[in-house]
Amino acid sequence: MKLWKTALLGAGAVALATGSAQAREIKVGFVATFSGGLANLGEQMRRGAELYHNLHKGDLKGDTIKVIFRDSKNPGGAVAKSVVQELITRDKVDIVTGLVFSPNAMSVAPLVTQAKVPVVIMNAGTSFITNMSPNLARVSFTMWQSGYIMGEHAAKNLNCKTAIAGFTNYPPGKDSANAFKNGFEKAGGKVVDLIPMGGPAKVPDFTPFFQRAKDKKPDCFYVFVPAGNHASAVVKAYGQLGMKAAGVKLIGPGDITQDTQLQGMGDAAVGLVTAHHYYADLNTPTNKAFVAAWKKAYGADTTPDFVGVGGYDGMAAIYHVIKSVKGKITAEKAMAALKGWTFESPRGKIMIDPATRDIVQNVYIMEVGMDGKRLVQNQKGVFNAVKDKCKELKIGRCGK
Amino acid sequence: MSADTSTTAAAAATAGRLDRASARRILLHDHRIRLIELLPWVIALGVFFLFPGYRLLATQILIMILFALSLDLIVGYAGIVSLGHAAFFGTGSYVAALLVSSYGVPEPVTGVVAAVIVSAALGFVTGWILLRTHGLTLLMLTMAFAIMLHELANEFAELTGGFDGINFAPGPILGIFDFDPLWYSSNYFYALVFLFLGFLFVRAIIYSPFGRALVGIRENTRRMHAVGSPVLWRMVTAYTISAGLAGLAGAIYVQVQGNVTLGVLSFELSGEILVMLILGGTGRLYGAFIGAAVYKLLESFTEQILGTDQPYWMLVIGVVLIVTVLFTRNGFIGMYDDAIAWIRRRRRS
Repeated sequence: MKLWKTALLGAGAVALATGSAQAREIKVGFVATFSGGLANLGEQMRRGAELYHNLHKGDLKGDTIKVIFRDSKNPGGAVAKSVVQELITRDKVDIVTGLVFSPNAMSVAPLVTQAKVPVVIMNAGTSFITNMSPNLARVSFTMWQSGYIMGEHAAKNLNCKTAIAGFTNYPPGKDSANAFKNGFEKAGGKVVDLIPMGGPAKVPDFTPFFQRAKDKKPDCFYVFVPAGNHASAVVKAYGQLGMKAAGVKLIGPGDITQDTQLQGMGDAAVGLVTAHHYYADLNTPTNKAFVAAWKKAYGADTTPDFVGVGGYDGMAAIYHVIKSVKGKITAEKAMAALKGWTFESPRGKIMIDPATRDIVQNVYIMEVGMDGKRLVQNQKGVFNAVKDKCKELKIGRCGK
Repeated sequence: MSADTSTTAAAAATAGRLDRASARRILLHDHRIRLIELLPWVIALGVFFLFPGYRLLATQILIMILFALSLDLIVGYAGIVSLGHAAFFGTGSYVAALLVSSYGVPEPVTGVVAAVIVSAALGFVTGWILLRTHGLTLLMLTMAFAIMLHELANEFAELTGGFDGINFAPGPILGIFDFDPLWYSSNYFYALVFLFLGFLFVRAIIYSPFGRALVGIRENTRRMHAVGSPVLWRMVTAYTISAGLAGLAGAIYVQVQGNVTLGVLSFELSGEILVMLILGGTGRLYGAFIGAAVYKLLESFTEQILGTDQPYWMLVIGVVLIVTVLFTRNGFIGMYDDAIAWIRRRRRS
């Protein structure tokens, strides 16, 4: 039994008061990156999950949740796999959740298949992950959702005939560029060049890549870079090369305007059009309440972003499983409960696709604008109930 | 007891007080297997039965010991400092993984053999080129070589899976024992058997004339040249053997987990294994055992004891490393030597 840093959450008091004989203690293993340069992602996710819990403590009717946090340390698979193995064999957790990076989730898949433990993925976005085990459900996103939609939108509504896609050269980047190409060309456009722009570990000088794009005079320039410092460098290079004046529109997935980074980008970001499943500036009552609750809990200068919402909705999914499964929680029962589950999330209505156990959600088109001195996202369009196109079109490993 | 004699002799040797009689004792007795040498294997068996929930961590420790042992052969014995030993570990990993996922050879022992051959060959070629340099140049070249391999593996994502890596399912060991991804029973013994074989091999090497020659090269390269020892070839041979052993460790590491990612080739891993070795003590067989075990246990338990929301585990390892390097002569094994010597002095007086 671990006495340290395990948050004893839940409605223990209610359990005592009602004296329910069948009160369960549900153990949840929460695996995310809590140390090193990418620790902010794990922290954001944890905040989202705890926020949901604190707002809904009373809903469990006597059951309690005990969350055991473990650090997956790096984007690789080895550490994530060993902590999940320990969580299952030693702590005997009922549900595993978290999982920031795709390789984290992939390495865990065979383990949870054998142990029959359900997993709720709160981030990891490579499309084919949910094909790897029948015990995985995802509440976050896939790279294909934003990329494909952006392709369609650019061809139909931004009047782009030709486009170039520049991407950071690692799987999410390739996924995103590939999705954009598919969506764009299906809607009648033509992608004239694909430009790999270095690895994710450090921010490259984007000037040569952007010059190459500018020389080919596309109508649209689609850029995928990892959330974080890359994005401001992209915006800067775009501004310095005068691409806007040359008539090249800069577009991309919402990773390049991550809410926690946006304010640092300056005036050059104005006019940037992105597609994503969540923006802190979404103008809905549910989201406004969510953002207000977040600021109240964690400080006025903090803001939720798509990783935080992943944590929030993941916890909501876990609550749903606990409420609807009677007796012991098995992977089979949990997945049966999650298939077709719908939820009014801060990002709009979401559903778990019964066929693929993957997320179905709205994808928003936003344009960056100015409100006084603050950069804001103005909604330009919405695509409702978007499924993962990679699995729908059976592309590469998504088809298996 | 011969155990006491040889540890004193070793302590005397490190203190530079080696007289003719103790030199004679070392040469005649040091290679004999002492009772205390059974201890690690007894502990290994005990851990398996007493802590079934920790078997995955324990398996990783066994493999890291083997990896550190391979590094000790070049760093501790031959005096070749490398900051890119993950190159060979990673090569072994990918050979073992690709044999299953791309070439349809699921039997793990075959994979291990192939991994050892390929990484040893790579060690031979690179050693033959790199070992003509010394000091910082060598350090930089080993590092650059490992980073190059890492980038290659990232670039050929069609084959290696790139950043996402590969999941694969090795078949039964020798066609008999299935791997157990949950409780790690067969996996643990698979790693333990290879560690034991690897250990016996390294132990035989370091007490052989070849091993003595390596120590000679470490202590005084010029004199070894003067006595007519083929210094470069001795070093290349040691480097090749070390690369093969690192490849062996890498192959087992990915086979027991059924998963490989770019981390096995990373600079971080090269650095980590060197830290483990320094913590434990270089140039002493059991330094690798103590260093790898202490490092991995610290990493795992500081995180759980101190809490997951702060990266304190790195801080703790840093402090332990600084203290060990400052106050001991050769890691934990040096502390052990000093303690034994102190007890003997007390008993005598």
